[in-house]
Amino acid sequence: MSSIKIRTKRMDGNTQIRMLIAHPMEHGRNRDTKTNALIPAHFIQKLTVEHNKNVIITGNTGANISKDPFFAFTLKGGNAGDKITISWVDNLGNQDTQEHIIK
Amino acid sequence: MTDNRRAFIKKSVALSGYSLIALASPEASAEWLAETTTTDILQQTLKRLFKDQEIIESDQIDIQIPKTAENGASVPITVTSSLNNVEGISILIEKNPIPLVAKFELSPDLAPFVSTRLKIAETSAVAVIVETNEGFYTASKKVMVTLGGCEL
Repeated sequence: MSSIKIRTKRMDGNTQIRMLIAHPMEHGRNRDTKTNALIPAHFIQKLTVEHNKNVIITGNTGANISKDPFFAFTLKGGNAGDKITISWVDNLGNQDTQEHIIK
Repeated sequence: MTDNRRAFIKKSVALSGYSLIALASPEASAEWLAETTTTDILQQTLKRLFKDQEIIESDQIDIQIPKTAENGASVPITVTSSLNNVEGISILIEKNPIPLVAKFELSPDLAPFVSTRLKIAETSAVAVIVETNEGFYTASKKVMVTLGGCEL
């Protein structure tokens, strides 16, 4: 089960790309309610969106994005059958990739 | 009798006025101090990100964000722009401990549109900086936060 959910919608000749990523997005200043120890920072640092293997978005994100981050972008054009690839890397080196085909 | 009453009213009005000033001033100066220090952090971030580039205020950037956010842990924001040749969109929150939220580099295939959700620590201005091939443009909007988003 991938951590990335992708939805695309074609409207007025454009394609809206929406993504929902399951990630804690901890900024490192929160404390554990039981042990009172600081929770180490854990957030997505880099988000990459590819359209048919061309990189269209490079996002440098920080911990100011909400938990389980949501992003939406609008691609000019875009046809049915085009491939969208979304990948992220976080500050602990974890990463995930998900592919999606525009309907 | 009337004189006495008048004098009493005059004095009481004057006294209440003084007390109002006395109450308001330390708070006001504290707020002013906080504001100057946080804008320093914001200015430093801007300097680090954009070096000494000139950033121009623009009304061609549209920020859709609620005026008051009940929960600062998840505030939806949508940025659109009618500027041409947009290359990047950055979002900053003035009073968060780390002001920069995200910097997106957009290819020419993309419309100048970004939507996401933010964590906002306290009532603050949210600034957007749009990078085009001609220069940098900015717009900002204030958001009231009733419950801070940094403990969540």
